[in-house]
Amino acid sequence: MKRNYGPLYAGPQALWLAVFFAAPLVIIVAYSFMRRGLYGGVAPGFSLEAYRELANPNLAAVAFRTLWVSAVATAITLLIALPCGYSIARSRNQPLRLFLVIVPFWTNFLVRIYAWISILGNEGFLNDFLRALGLGNGLQFLYNQGAVILVLVYMYLPYAILPLFSSIDKFDFTLLEAARDLGASRMESLRLVMLPNIRGGIVTSLLFTFIPIFGAYAIPLLVGGKDSYMLGNVIADQVTKTRNWPLAASISMTVTFITGLAAILYLARSRRTAPAAQAPLAAQAAHEGRDSRRPGDSRRPGAKGGARGAAGKAAEAAA
Amino acid sequence: MNTQADTLAVAPATTQTRMASGSRKKRWGASDWIYAATVLFLFLPLFVLFFYSFNSSKGGTWTGFSTVWYEKLIFSSPALWKAVANSLIIALGSASAATLLGGLAAVGTSRYRFRLRGVVKSLSFMPMLFPEIVVGVSLLVFFAGVGLKLGMLSIFIAHTTFNLPFVYLLVDARLEEFDSSVIEAARDLGADEFQTLVRVILPMAMPGIASGFLTAVTLSLEDFVITFFVSGPGSTTLPLYIYSAIRFGVSPVINALSAVMVALTIALVYPLRNFLKAFAARA
Repeated sequence: MKRNYGPLYAGPQALWLAVFFAAPLVIIVAYSFMRRGLYGGVAPGFSLEAYRELANPNLAAVAFRTLWVSAVATAITLLIALPCGYSIARSRNQPLRLFLVIVPFWTNFLVRIYAWISILGNEGFLNDFLRALGLGNGLQFLYNQGAVILVLVYMYLPYAILPLFSSIDKFDFTLLEAARDLGASRMESLRLVMLPNIRGGIVTSLLFTFIPIFGAYAIPLLVGGKDSYMLGNVIADQVTKTRNWPLAASISMTVTFITGLAAILYLARSRRTAPAAQAPLAAQAAHEGRDSRRPGDSRRPGAKGGARGAAGKAAEAAA
Repeated sequence: MNTQADTLAVAPATTQTRMASGSRKKRWGASDWIYAATVLFLFLPLFVLFFYSFNSSKGGTWTGFSTVWYEKLIFSSPALWKAVANSLIIALGSASAATLLGGLAAVGTSRYRFRLRGVVKSLSFMPMLFPEIVVGVSLLVFFAGVGLKLGMLSIFIAHTTFNLPFVYLLVDARLEEFDSSVIEAARDLGADEFQTLVRVILPMAMPGIASGFLTAVTLSLEDFVITFFVSGPGSTTLPLYIYSAIRFGVSPVINALSAVMVALTIALVYPLRNFLKAFAARA
C-alpha cells in the first residue's frame, strides 16, 4: 500500500505562499482597519478612517479615471487583438506570425517604455519627423492620458492576442462554412457561430489585459501626467512619500476587490458556459484517456480547470 | 480505452479538412492587414531604439553614424553591469527556487488526494490574480514588519513568490497530459517513491519543468513594479537601473543597451520557433 506523499510534496510551496503571499495580504487587510501612526506606519486600534478617506473627492476622481483608462485601453486592445488572433490562426505560417508577436512581448518592459519616451518626447522621433516635414514644432505628445492609453495598449496587446489565437485555432472552421452554406453572411457567420465558440479566449484575454492595466503603476508614472495619475500611483505615493499606510492599504483592498470581482465574474461565466465552451476540452480529455485515469477523482473540465488551463497556456506562450 | 483508437482514426480526417479550408484561403483578408499593421506597431519602438543607438549625438536629431554609445556601454558603465549581474543572480536564483517548490507541489497535487488539497491548489495560482502593485506593497509592509532589510534577499523572496504560480501551472499542465499508468507500473515493478520521482516523473515532466523555469527567469528579468518596492541600496536590478536612467532623461547608452537586448531576445526566440510550432499545434 503506498503512502500518501501529497502533503510532503505540496507542503513547502504551500508554506512559502502562506508566509510570503497570504501573510502580507493579511497585514494589508489589518492595516486598512487601523489609524495612521504619528511617524508613518500604523497605530493600533480599530478604525474605519482609511475607508472614509476613500470617499475623498480627489481620490474618487482618480478611481473613476483609473476605471475609465482601464476600460478604454482594454477595449482598444481587444478590438485589435481579435482580428490579429484570427489572422494568426488562419495563417499557413503560424510559427512566424506568433514569433513576430512574441519578440516585442519578450523585450524588457522598461526598455519598451523607454522606447516610447524616445518616440513621443519633445526631442523624440515623432517630433523630429514632423519637423522634417514642416508640420509643427515640438508638439507635446508625452505626459498625458493619450500617451498612457497608447503605451498600455502597446504593452498588453500580446497578452490579449495569444489566448485569442489559441481559442480561434481550436475552433472548427467547417462550422463557418456550414453557416455560409445555410445562408448566413460572412459577418453573420463570424458573429453568430465563431464568437460564441471562442468566448473562453475572449474572456481570458479581457482578464489578462484588464487586471494588470487596472493596477498599472510604471506606465502612468513614466509617460503620464496630472490627467493620468492612477490608483497604482496613489498607492505607491502613500507608501513611499506620504507614508499613510492605512490609506495605501485601503486603496490596495479596493483595487484587489475590483480586479477580484472581474476574476470571479470570469469564473462564474466559464462555469455557466462550461458545456459549450469546454466541449473541446472534454473531448481532448477523453482522447487522452484522462477521465479513466483516476477513479474517484470527480474532476470537471469546467470552471476552475478552464481558468487554470487558460492561464497555463498564456504562461506557456510567454515561455 | 477504445475512444483513443476512435479519435486517432478521426484525427487525420479533421486535419485534412482543416488544411483544405486553410489552403483555400490564399488572399489576404482584412484581418491579415490588421495583423500586419499591429506587427509594425509592435516593432516600431524597437526600430527607433536601434536607429538612435547609432546616432553620434545625444539629441533626437540624426547627426551621423557612430558606435560611441556601444563603446561607452561596454567600457564605462560599471553601475549598469552591476545591475545586469544583480538581475541575473536574482533571476536564476528565484527561478530555481520556484521550479523546485512549484514542481514538487504540482507532483503532489496531481498524484495524490489529501486534505486541504483544494486550498493548496487555489493558493498556488492566487498570486497571479493579484495586481502587481498590491503584491509589491504588501511585501514591503511585511518585510518592514518582520524587520528584514531590503536588498537582494528581499528581492529573491518576492520574485520566487510571483514565479511560483507559473511554474506550478506549467508543470501541473504537463503532468495532466501524460498517462499516469506508467507511474503505477513503476510502483508495481518495485520502484520506491524517490526512484519513481527521479526516474519516471522527472523525465516525463521535463518539458513542463523547463518551460516553467524559463518563464520564471523571463518574468524575473522583466519585473519592475514589485522589485521597485522591495529593493534596497546596492540591489539595483536592470529594470530599476533603466528606470532611474529614464528619470534622468534619455541617455543614448540605454539605447545601445536596449538594442543589444532586443537583438538577444530575437536570437533567443528565433530558435524557439520550433517550440512555437509545437505550441501552435497543441493549442
